Amino acid sequence: MLSNLGNFLLFLNILLSFTVIYFSLASLKSAEKIIFRKIYNISLAQSTIVLVCFFTLIAAYITSDFSLINVYQNSHSTKPTFYKISGTWGNHEGSLLLWVIILTIFSFLFLIINKNHSKNYRLYTLIVQNILILGFLFFILINSNPFLSISPVPKEGLGLNPILQDPALAIHPPLLYLGFVGSSIYFSAAIASLLTNYSERAFAKSIKNWILVSWIFQTLGITVGSIWAYYELGWGGFWFWDPVENASLLPWFAMTALFHSVVVLEKRNLLYFWVIILCLITFTLSVTGTFLVRSGILNSVHTFASDPSRGLYILAFLSIMIFSSIFLLFKKYYNKDYIINSNSKETFVLINNWFMMFYLLTVLIGTLYPIFTDAITNNKISVGPPFYNAVIIPVVIVFLIFMAVGPNTKWIKNRFVDIKKYILIFISALIINFLIGYFFKSLTILTNLIIISSLFLIISSTFDLIKSITEDRIDFARIVSHLSFGFLIFFIGLNHNFSIEKDFNMKVGETKNFDNYKIEFKKLELKNFKNYKSIVGDLKISDNKFGEERTLNPEIRIYDSPKTLTYEAAIKTNLIKDYYLTMSNIDRSEYYNIKFQKKPLMLWIWISVFALTFGGFLRIFKNAKNN
Amino acid sequence: MLTKKVKKRVSLLSLVLILSVISIFLILRSLTSNILYFQSPTDIKNNNDINFNKKMRVGGMVKKNSITINDKEIKFIITDFDNELKVSYSGTVPNLFSEEKGVVAEGRLQDKKFFVADRILAKHDENYMPPELKEIIKKDVK
Repeated sequence: MLSNLGNFLLFLNILLSFTVIYFSLASLKSAEKIIFRKIYNISLAQSTIVLVCFFTLIAAYITSDFSLINVYQNSHSTKPTFYKISGTWGNHEGSLLLWVIILTIFSFLFLIINKNHSKNYRLYTLIVQNILILGFLFFILINSNPFLSISPVPKEGLGLNPILQDPALAIHPPLLYLGFVGSSIYFSAAIASLLTNYSERAFAKSIKNWILVSWIFQTLGITVGSIWAYYELGWGGFWFWDPVENASLLPWFAMTALFHSVVVLEKRNLLYFWVIILCLITFTLSVTGTFLVRSGILNSVHTFASDPSRGLYILAFLSIMIFSSIFLLFKKYYNKDYIINSNSKETFVLINNWFMMFYLLTVLIGTLYPIFTDAITNNKISVGPPFYNAVIIPVVIVFLIFMAVGPNTKWIKNRFVDIKKYILIFISALIINFLIGYFFKSLTILTNLIIISSLFLIISSTFDLIKSITEDRIDFARIVSHLSFGFLIFFIGLNHNFSIEKDFNMKVGETKNFDNYKIEFKKLELKNFKNYKSIVGDLKISDNKFGEERTLNPEIRIYDSPKTLTYEAAIKTNLIKDYYLTMSNIDRSEYYNIKFQKKPLMLWIWISVFALTFGGFLRIFKNAKNN
Repeated sequence: MLTKKVKKRVSLLSLVLILSVISIFLILRSLTSNILYFQSPTDIKNNNDINFNKKMRVGGMVKKNSITINDKEIKFIITDFDNELKVSYSGTVPNLFSEEKGVVAEGRLQDKKFFVADRILAKHDENYMPPELKEIIKKDVK
């Protein structure tokens, strides 16, 4: 029954999208100055129905209705209700439905929020957005329908991969999708702006908050994903330069470049076509990311059930998107004289954009290179972290310095008056770096440079903060974001340099010593839970230098449905450091592999990222207040 | 004669161009020195110019009854059903590592029969098989 209802609602959605496009075209032709009232109503209906459609699927998951193939393949009746619900978007079909929801709701919100913008611009945005919606709705119907039924109805589902049954991973896809798909709206708006020759500044005004919204969610999505990877995958790292992670990072670079340059467009009416190109690139990269991840072309350690025919459809859709936007761009391009003084805020924003494009290009090349060598030479290769570290880290050092200096420059023509200040900041950064090395442990050359440049950014942003409070010229949003980015790199640098890692193979009852630590494997316990059994280890770590003792309880979980083994890391977090311990068993031998790590300042890495996004929120509030 | 404005623009443009060429060159150079080639035990046997100092990935199945473990390391044999390779590894193995399952090891060859791994790749999905491995098995079936 739910299957029929779901399919009916999908068809209704397609119909409504066509209706919106039809009336929008009619409204474009009419002499009326305002948009037809009924377009609002249909858009609202469209958003409501797509939500109802999604709730139908959620209902199927909650009631464990295995007559739907999708539910059968991804759920199980003994699964906790929370994970039944999150399982809805944990799979390919359900997540595509989520994709369409965001497209539709953003389309409606853009329509009602931008009331003071020109009629044609809004209508064209609506039309382009609805073409995107249709593209994905047809994709769902043809290839990835979550409402397909199965008969005879199975008694029990196959279950969700236990590694995905996790609170962080329950919210990770919706956050990331809000970022990915959120970028669709300024893709549509950019095309609408080209089609209607809309005023460049007004265009910038209408999209700037949408860029920030998608950027915030993208950042949060990536962060939640890495927090999950940190505690669930048991490697103790939080970023692996895996192709799937890279796919989420590519649009992030484009978004970051975009919300910097859109300010130039708004304030100085410059860089219009560059902003348009960035708008188009961002959503294109989002779809590309989805294509790469879902088609199984990328060789990733995160795996998604992949299916080449999915890839083909997305590839076709992607090509149409790319070619039509390139065509339109060339058709509408006109030469405009930009006079930008090389010492001005405009230049510094452009420098930011160069850096972002450099990162983007590096990650793109690193991600796609294996695909090309495979296709051309049939060599299977992989590009790992050493490549990204070698290319990106040295560049970040310079980037941080520009990030400190750039924001204090003036529009149009700048004069450096406070070179003395920067020299002082640089010297204090050097001194602090030296003190860290002196009191704790020597740093590598690269870490030294990273610490110095991040301190440079931190100190100079702190000066800005003090100045902005005393002089009441408050630009908190920027200061908060730049300051927390400085801290982020600072903490990552220290964390990287001071981490300790050690592996042992141990039997119960054994004790191992290394450096000034002692690890005692005290006992093992078997515990039974609702849908899994757990082997819990009891280990004591003593730090002889500081006289600290900690008990850590890593687990090996055995899930029934599907039959899977997972290792749960034991993590003890405090403000200074994380103790991280994983335990694994190899083919029922009496040895357990124990991996112990001490990771300093982990908590502060997460806090810095959240502070970074908080800066984005502040900017949105400020924008809203100014309008 | 070129006007001052044009001159300025040409110099700016060429600067940007040169910088981009340099950065792309650096990216590609760093890329070629950091890629890992994937080989099966048979590839290794047939390959006559192996660089023993370069990291690589080896994939295949873990041979039945081949895992031995002591308090320092895990030893096992990777097989592609034609040829075999002994592997030694110390560290945590992913949860799906077991005998008669697919595995990808990253590390360095000591000689043509012995491989020291510093990473065993994790797979999240019980049905997952590294794409490279699928091809090896496909070839075998033929």
